[in-house]
Amino acid sequence: MKKIKTFTIGGIHPDKFKLSSDIAIEDAGVPEIVTIPVKQHIGAPAKILVGKGDKVKVGTLVADADGIISADVHSSVSGEVIKVEETETGSGYPEKMITIKVEGDEWEEDIDRTPDIVSEITASAEDIVNIIRKSGIVGMGGAGFPTPVKVTVPQGKNVDYLILNGIECEPYLTADDRLMQECSEQIVIGAKILSKALNAKKTVIAVDENKPNAIKTLKKAVGIHKGVSVQVCATKYPQGAEKQLITAVSGREVPSGGLPIDAGCVVQNVGTAFAIYEAVQKNKPLFERIVTVSGDDVEKAGNFRVRIGTPSSYLIEKAGQKSEIGKIIFGGPMMGIAGVNLNAPITKISSGILILKDESAYKPEVSPCIRCATCVDVCPQGLEPYMIHSLIRNGEYDEAEKIHVLDCIECGCCAYSCPARIPLLDYCKLAKYEIRKKK
Amino acid sequence: MLKVSTAPHMYTPTNTVKIMQDVIISLIPAGLVGIAIFGLNALITIVTAVVGCVAMEYVACKYILKVKPSTKDLSAIVTGLLLAYNLPCNMPIWMTLIGCFVAIIIAKVAFGGIGKNLFNPALIGRVFLFISFPIQMTTWVEPKLFDFMNTDASTSATTLGILKHAEGEISASNLTSLIPDYTDMFLGYTGGSMGEVSAIALLLGLFYLLYRRVVSWHIPFFYVATFFALTSGFYYYTGDNSLDPVTHLLSGGLFLGAFFMATDYTTSPMSKKGKIIFAIGCGVLTFVIRRYSAYPEGVSFAILIMNAFVPLIDKFARPRAYGTRRK
Repeated sequence: MKKIKTFTIGGIHPDKFKLSSDIAIEDAGVPEIVTIPVKQHIGAPAKILVGKGDKVKVGTLVADADGIISADVHSSVSGEVIKVEETETGSGYPEKMITIKVEGDEWEEDIDRTPDIVSEITASAEDIVNIIRKSGIVGMGGAGFPTPVKVTVPQGKNVDYLILNGIECEPYLTADDRLMQECSEQIVIGAKILSKALNAKKTVIAVDENKPNAIKTLKKAVGIHKGVSVQVCATKYPQGAEKQLITAVSGREVPSGGLPIDAGCVVQNVGTAFAIYEAVQKNKPLFERIVTVSGDDVEKAGNFRVRIGTPSSYLIEKAGQKSEIGKIIFGGPMMGIAGVNLNAPITKISSGILILKDESAYKPEVSPCIRCATCVDVCPQGLEPYMIHSLIRNGEYDEAEKIHVLDCIECGCCAYSCPARIPLLDYCKLAKYEIRKKK
Repeated sequence: MLKVSTAPHMYTPTNTVKIMQDVIISLIPAGLVGIAIFGLNALITIVTAVVGCVAMEYVACKYILKVKPSTKDLSAIVTGLLLAYNLPCNMPIWMTLIGCFVAIIIAKVAFGGIGKNLFNPALIGRVFLFISFPIQMTTWVEPKLFDFMNTDASTSATTLGILKHAEGEISASNLTSLIPDYTDMFLGYTGGSMGEVSAIALLLGLFYLLYRRVVSWHIPFFYVATFFALTSGFYYYTGDNSLDPVTHLLSGGLFLGAFFMATDYTTSPMSKKGKIIFAIGCGVLTFVIRRYSAYPEGVSFAILIMNAFVPLIDKFARPRAYGTRRK
């Protein structure tokens, strides 16, 4: 039994609320209409390839990556394109989206729909990167960074550790947990594919302690498909943050302002690894994902396999709501974004939808800072949120930059822990925004 | 209507009021011992100080600062308790009220209220009284267990007072008969300020605060350890019998100061590193004042002097930011 590892600076232990970790993934089915955004990733929006009236199948390329930092978008349903125009996102901003009216469920012929697990990796390292690019795969943990860029190792750099992130430290969310319990072999094969593309020395799947079932199934899977190991990490937030996970697994630190590869590490979400398995072994582009629907206002929390573009309201209906919805959160309660639009589509990066009761929807009243130092103690980046707060209130952005505010990972530990309920994270985000704007 | 707000969307159950509640709970044992030993007068002083502090904070917020009164956060109760614990039990009520005025109005509200004060308000109140009314502030009532009308002002000296005047004049054997034994000091059956006498009650309070994670162990540990190391060092090196380290540890306001005053959030440093520097400074200063100055006790002055260094310590003793590891 290997030692349980964790990161060294700060961290918190919020209540887990993992209501749905024992509820099997359910196929959400096909809605009547899907709305697929052409920008579901960090970088440039994809170029739209279809127009009104075009017929598409499941897996048809509908938008093409525009440049390196961009990603292909595929149709998740079969039917007719009825609209290509700006539509409101979850946060209420207009964005180009392709609306498709569903007719039947006809898939592109070359997608392997059999349930067989294909374990032999025939594609070369170069092929793998190309397939990942053509399949529109992006980081599915929440950041949405185009995966092909991450699996291309810059010259002169080596990958000592490929780390698969199965931590899922956000409260409520269980999508990765369920995926690891139900599809552990596919994830391990996905890890091996990534390992081949990156020429990684060590491949580790990191899971946190409070997922005993996932640890069990993964350990079984790594016994079948050799070359990958499982590392159990302590249950502590934000264990699943890239930098913190790297420190936990490898003992290294990503230099301030640097990338994980500078520490010889690449981190990929387990959901991404699963998507890579499907793309490389089953020829299936990324058009569906696992989404947790939970919160204190759901009747029956659950995990669903959802086609990209499905309206959130369709999923909320499946889970059922207890009372009038106070707040809808896309993502987890620590870093997720509160939405204004119940019809917002599920995207490649939607890990969960939380619906909260009206009473849980309000921000608490703020009182003066009592200098308790909790924010300093919990910050996993070793920053001083109280100091950033007072500097930003005085407009001293340069000073804030000197104390490394740009290294803030926006995990929210400071604001969560503040006994005076000062929105410390907001000040950090504001500082980062203002400093970057000046550059 | 959907509500929107920035992340995070959940919070720790702890808040300022709950922290203050915990501090108040942790101070109860020391207060009970004080009342048991010094009787009704101790209770009167405690009640006066608490009511005085709360009332003054309420009035000051409402009529001077013209903001919503901050008395609800319970911090004024903590200041009142700590002030009372630092006074002899037979203080005239009006003097206690002057202490409240200095603590709340001058040391706290004048600096901008909770979280903004540079110096520990209760200590400022105590030191002001100490300098203004030296007789009353050093008239100690003889400890009498469960004698509630214990008003007998037949002055008993504190252990540190005896040690101070003992230097060179009293032989070692005589000294031993004058100072209380360790058990009495540990339990609190000794002369002194009403909240400082019982080491066990203060330790109990500290353990509660540590268990509730209201304070970290750094300041209490390094303060007491530094002081203990210095007194033992000098005791064994110079053979000066006025420096018996265990007597020093258990007497005076060391535990009250190290556990409850030096750990005050607002007037102590933010980083762990800073806290350690601050605590070592307090320990050294307490030793220097007790050993070399005209005063028998130095905890209040030591903490107040170190309070003044907190902004400087915060500036230079920063936590190490992730990814800036020194090679």
